[in-house]
Amino acid sequence: MDEALLRAVVPTVIGVLVRRGADFAAAEDAVQDALVEALRVWPDDPPRDPRAWLVAVAWRRFLDAVRADTSRRRRELVVEEEPAPEPGREEDDTLALYFLCAHPSLSPASAVALTLRAVGGLTTRQIARAHLVPEATMAQRISRAKRTVAGVRLDRPGDVATVLRVLYLVFNEGYTGDVDLAAEAIRLTRRLAAAVDDAEVSGLLALVLLHHARRPARTRPDGSLVPLAEQDRGLWDTRLVAEGVAVLQAALARDRLGEYQAQAAVAALHADARTAAETDWVQIVEWYDELVRLTGSPVARLNRAVAVGEADGPRAGLAALAGLDPALPRHTAAAAYLHERDGDLATAARLYAEAARSASTVPERDHLVRRAARLNAALRG
Amino acid sequence: MAKYLLLKHYRGAPAAVNDVPMDRWTPEEVDAHVRYMQDWATRLEGTGEFVDGQALSVEGTWVRSDGEGRPPVTDGPFAETKDLVAGWMLIDVDSHERALEVAAELSAAPGAGGRPIHEWLELRPLLSMPATITE
Repeated sequence: MDEALLRAVVPTVIGVLVRRGADFAAAEDAVQDALVEALRVWPDDPPRDPRAWLVAVAWRRFLDAVRADTSRRRRELVVEEEPAPEPGREEDDTLALYFLCAHPSLSPASAVALTLRAVGGLTTRQIARAHLVPEATMAQRISRAKRTVAGVRLDRPGDVATVLRVLYLVFNEGYTGDVDLAAEAIRLTRRLAAAVDDAEVSGLLALVLLHHARRPARTRPDGSLVPLAEQDRGLWDTRLVAEGVAVLQAALARDRLGEYQAQAAVAALHADARTAAETDWVQIVEWYDELVRLTGSPVARLNRAVAVGEADGPRAGLAALAGLDPALPRHTAAAAYLHERDGDLATAARLYAEAARSASTVPERDHLVRRAARLNAALRG
Repeated sequence: MAKYLLLKHYRGAPAAVNDVPMDRWTPEEVDAHVRYMQDWATRLEGTGEFVDGQALSVEGTWVRSDGEGRPPVTDGPFAETKDLVAGWMLIDVDSHERALEVAAELSAAPGAGGRPIHEWLELRPLLSMPATITE
């Protein structure tokens, strides 16, 4: 059974139920039930028309739920003749769900969960596992999110920037469970890029492709981090790099620069360098300048300071870092790195150890501890 | 989303505002306290923020390896241990502010005289799993 194919039709099946008169929350629940059923029976008994099967089962589930409900409140349902699937309309349905699930009234975590279920076609169990929370907790988070957007009209386009933020969050959640959320985010971004004509959607697609391309080189088999400069570039996925660069170039040519395109440009310059030494740091600094101009983000300034350290030497990098808030995440790690480059190993070792204490992930903490340990060992001679 | 561990202490926390040992409460006050804790957890389940929680026995044992082929060495419990965890709750919330908010709700559980204990709880962020982009 092709699970990706099954997941891809989920938003269009929700769309069919909504057009038949179901409200979004009930339609989404019914389709989730049908999806779980499909995962159970399809491996032994695959349907001839998966989409029609899902529509039929989801609709039956929906009617059962309504009947169970009618003692409390009566509903009039307009059941039309089953219309033939219209490709254009299905794209619109899917797009509407992207906007709804990333609605600004939702917290980021709720938007992520709802997007993964209604647009991504993942089961509650899969989403819960990916987030390391109990299934019941995730089920509650999703039904709460649906109540939050209950009054939102499905036929109004929303702000594409909110959708991009959610997709980027999904991408960054990585791959802790049995579902690869990074790959899922790429799939959803591809689909969005096919439906919306927007340079920043392409920018995000390029960014996630370029980052994903480096994934095989980013961690050792034991899970420890490999810094960019030490990565085996032969492990980078050249097909994804080529696609990411092509998508980015097409986006940049439209002259509607945004933060995702600027970040993708930095990633593309890294991907371009055959060795770490060949990295075009001067251009990377220029892209960080753009990014700072576009977002004003302190994180972008911090990354810029590190790039300045590579382009103009560690002293210049430290000078750029000096103007930034020391409380910024990774500020201490960046300072440690620049001091190490500058040859001040004692200061670097002390700062690496300090940075390890405030690291927010286990691999990052372990990486920083190892750097500190290595320098301390060298200092002991 | 970020996960936080909420620790209740038997010992080691600063004194609560309503600092009366539980065995001096009336049975009804104990019932009310337990009910409050359960309601708190149920509420967090409803908001999709509750991950897990357990209470711990007061008695614990220190244990360490004594080398291959030898039985583990045990010691304790030490009556003088300064810090003693009574239980933990794991929550998954949107922000640090929200974590403080739910911890404060728990701290306000009723104690002696039906008044809130206002006990000190320890809030510890979990180190998260690796993000995709860490370079």
